Order: sequence, then C-alpha cells, then structure tokens
Amino acid sequence: MDVAFIIETIVKIVVILLIFSALAGLGTYFERKVLAFMQRRLGPMHVGPFGLLQVAADGIKLFTKEDIIPQNVVKPIFKIAPVITAATAFMASAAIPFWPQFTVMGYTVHPIVADINVGILYVLGVMAIGLYGPLLGGMASANKWSLISAARSAAIFISYEVISGLSLLAPLMMVGSLSLVDINNYQAGGIGNWIVWSQPVAFILFWIAAFAETGRTPFHLVANDHEIIDGFGTEYSGMRWGMFFIGEYANMFFISFVIAIIFLGGFGDGTIAGAFQLLLKVAFFFFFFLWTRAAWPDVRPDQLMWLCWKVLMPIAVLNIVVTGIVMMF
Amino acid sequence: MHHEEVFTDRNVSEHSAYFYVDIETYPVSGWDKFKQVLKRAVRGELFVGLWVVLREMIKFDIHTVQYPKEKLPIGPRYRAVHKLLRLWESGYERCIGCGLCEKICISDCIRMDTRIDENSRKEVTEYSINLGRCIFCGYCAEVCPELAIVHGGRYENASEQRTHFVIKDDMLTPLDLLKAGEQAEYPGFGAIIPGSDASVKKTPLAY
Repeated sequence: MDVAFIIETIVKIVVILLIFSALAGLGTYFERKVLAFMQRRLGPMHVGPFGLLQVAADGIKLFTKEDIIPQNVVKPIFKIAPVITAATAFMASAAIPFWPQFTVMGYTVHPIVADINVGILYVLGVMAIGLYGPLLGGMASANKWSLISAARSAAIFISYEVISGLSLLAPLMMVGSLSLVDINNYQAGGIGNWIVWSQPVAFILFWIAAFAETGRTPFHLVANDHEIIDGFGTEYSGMRWGMFFIGEYANMFFISFVIAIIFLGGFGDGTIAGAFQLLLKVAFFFFFFLWTRAAWPDVRPDQLMWLCWKVLMPIAVLNIVVTGIVMMF
Repeated sequence: MHHEEVFTDRNVSEHSAYFYVDIETYPVSGWDKFKQVLKRAVRGELFVGLWVVLREMIKFDIHTVQYPKEKLPIGPRYRAVHKLLRLWESGYERCIGCGLCEKICISDCIRMDTRIDENSRKEVTEYSINLGRCIFCGYCAEVCPELAIVHGGRYENASEQRTHFVIKDDMLTPLDLLKAGEQAEYPGFGAIIPGSDASVKKTPLAY
C-alpha cells in the first residue's frame, strides 16, 4: 500500500466528514423551512439573510452548552452512545460512490473511500450497528422515557433490517454484485435501465424501510415528542445531543444516496450531467423525508410491527421468489 | 372620526358554520377491518395528505406575523394600560380626585392622593395603578364620571423595576401631545355614546 493511496484516502475521509457535517446542519435548516412553508409559516428568519445563519447559531449554542452527565446514568456508556450514532453514520458512507470518477491534473480520483466488492452489505451492516446509539444511550440514561425509546428502537431497527435486506435481495440477484459501483454501472444505459422499473416492489419496500432505519415520521417512534419526550435523547445536552442529531441527518443523506444509486440509476454513465442528476435524486429523497413529516401522522408501535411482519415481509419474500422464477426461465 | 377596525362576527347563531363531524362506525369483525384497510389503502389517503401540504407550500400563503416588525390590529375597546386624559380646551387634568376608581377597583390596585390647591381646587398629587395586580377589568374607566381614567392600546411594557408600573406621569397625556391634538378619546367602557352632544343640547338636565 503506497503512501499516495493512504494520503488520498485520508483526504477523501476528511472531505466527506466536512461536507456531510455541514450538510447535516443545512439539513436542519431545510427541514425547518420546508415544514414551515407547508404549515404557512416562515421558519427561521432573523439570523442572517432568510435565517441562513441559524445553522451557525445552533452550532455555537450546542458547542458552548454545558455537558451535563446526570447522576444515575452509566457514565461510560452514556458518554459513548452519541459517538456510536454519528460514527456509524459516517462509516457507512465509506462504500457509497458519491460522484463518478474524474481526472484532476492527470490524476484519476475515485470519489468513494473504499470500493469494496460487498459495498451494499457493508453499508447495511454499519447502519445496523447504528442501532447501538439509541439503544445504549436510552438504556444508560436512567430515564423511563429513554428506556421505552431504547426498546422501541431495538424492535424497529431489527424488524426493518429484515425488510431492507430482503427487498434488496431481488435487485442484487439481477445485478449479481454487491458493489454499489457495479450496481450503478448495471443501470448506466439510461432511464430505461433503472432497476426501479424491473423491481418497483423492492423499491417501495426499501424506501419504507429507509424511513424506519432513519427514524423519521411516520416511523418516528424512537423519539416521539408527544409520547416519550425526546426518547433516548431526553437526558442528553449540548454537543452529545448534537451528535445524535448529526448522525440522524447524515443517515438521511446517505440512505438517500443508497436509494438513488440502487434503484434510480445513480450517476448513470458517469458524465457530469449524470452526477448532477444523482444530486437531484438525492435532494428529492431528502425532501420527501421532510414532506412526509409535514403530511403524515405517526403510527403506533404495534401497527409498525404489524406492517413489518404481516405485510411487508411476505411481500418482500414473494418478490424474491417471483424474481427468481422470472430469472430462471 | 376615529377609525374602527371591522371584525368578523364570531357569535354563535343558526347561520354560523357549525357542523357535525362524520365519524364512521368502528369495524367489529375481521372482514370489516380488512375492508377498511383496503379502502384506506386504495383510496390513497396518504397521497391526499402529501398533496395538501405541497399545495400550501406552492401557494406560499404565509400567515406569519413577524411580530416586532409587524403587529396585528387590536380592537378599539381593547383594555391595555390605562391613560389619564386632559381637558381639550384648558389642558387641565380631567381627574377631579373623587376616588370612585379607587373604591370600585376589585383587585385594589389603584392608589391616589389629593390635596386642595391654592385655587381651592382639588388636585391629584399621586395616582398610581399597580399593574402587577390589575386585572384590566375596565371598572375604573366605566365608573369615572369625567372620562379621565381610560384604557389605552399600549400592551408592550418593559422596565427595570416593577414599581415603574405605573405612575401618574406615564399615564397622563403630555401637554405637547394634547396641543398637537393627539389625545384620543376612548370608545370603550364608560365612554360617551356617539352623538351624545346632540342629546346634551336638547335636554341638558337629563345628562
């Protein structure tokens, strides 16, 4: 392993960390603005032009707040739980190709930290580890609301891992590779080659599972304000709470990338136009996360489990069987 | 003429827009439940919700009042912090120190002090209303025979000390404003009814 490769990888990691930390902040701004417009409000208006600097104000506030460790918590676990959420969200991004490869001054750059041949498996696996953030944080908090939230997050994450895994199986059978770059190249032929046309059911299922895995409305049970305050985040303050937040929003961006790459053609043939199309698709999926939050109510935990095990999982299994039969003949 | 805001008639009447919400009966049997799920899923109520919020976003009909920059109009009879008015012609204080407001005040927050001045005229030396106790019921304005103590429209107050709320100098119309004709008569509780001047001329004794 030569020095240039190591330096290049470190530079990529730093760039991804910086861009997506900033995007997570901007994501909160867009969320507030979009929700406000949908509810006939204006949203943040006072800090900077159109409230744009609200993100900076929130950052300063979170960084300078006192870091409170409550009395009866399990201290080491309480301290490390937010780090798990943020870290796993960013680790999952290592196998995501954000941009087609391009050449700068005769040097070809692959905008993916590690082009491993089990890319999507790695992404799903690391996102599954993200469960330990809410779970450990909620259990260590010595708070009943946090504990309920921890139990719910464990139930939801594990259940919907099944859906996301099974729904991805059918497209992966067609592509024959787990690498996200290969999946992207499989659809390089244009809109007609997008997997969403041949696997619409898997697309919808994975999309639904994405809502559960990022904990967004209508599956926002892990931190439902009107039932369990802020769930696992109730006892957290300052930047530790901010880490949960950054993790959640970074996860939303990354899962949007994954949906766009697997089902909607990704960056296509690798031209600049294709790359911008990828960004547009990601922007749409991110917007949809905010859109549903404005429009839809939350479901109950038992309805969520019912939906997962009695509706979505049978459909996912049927989808795999049908795909297999079609591929065989 | 004093500008009066026209308010919507919100009184309950047979013409008002009350209607009963149509609540369907809850499903009992499994088949009914299945039909309900099917109906809701196929009718696409989720997409109706999505469309409604998107429509509002596109219409961009923002209802926010950016408060310190914009303010909602208040009613002409709004009862905010009191004002002490002056006589239009002479500029003397209207208050004759009768003490009726002090007497009627149900939260006991008005305090006044009077003396006989050198013209043998009763002069009000102290007049304060403890706004921390005042419930803004309007009795003082209603009972005042001289239309001296009235309610104003000033609802934003800030000070370093509670004792500043509220002393006579803050309530009394300043002389320069009176000369500029900016003292407004109060149309609310206890004020003269419109056109009462004409009645006074016809039957002075009755008034």
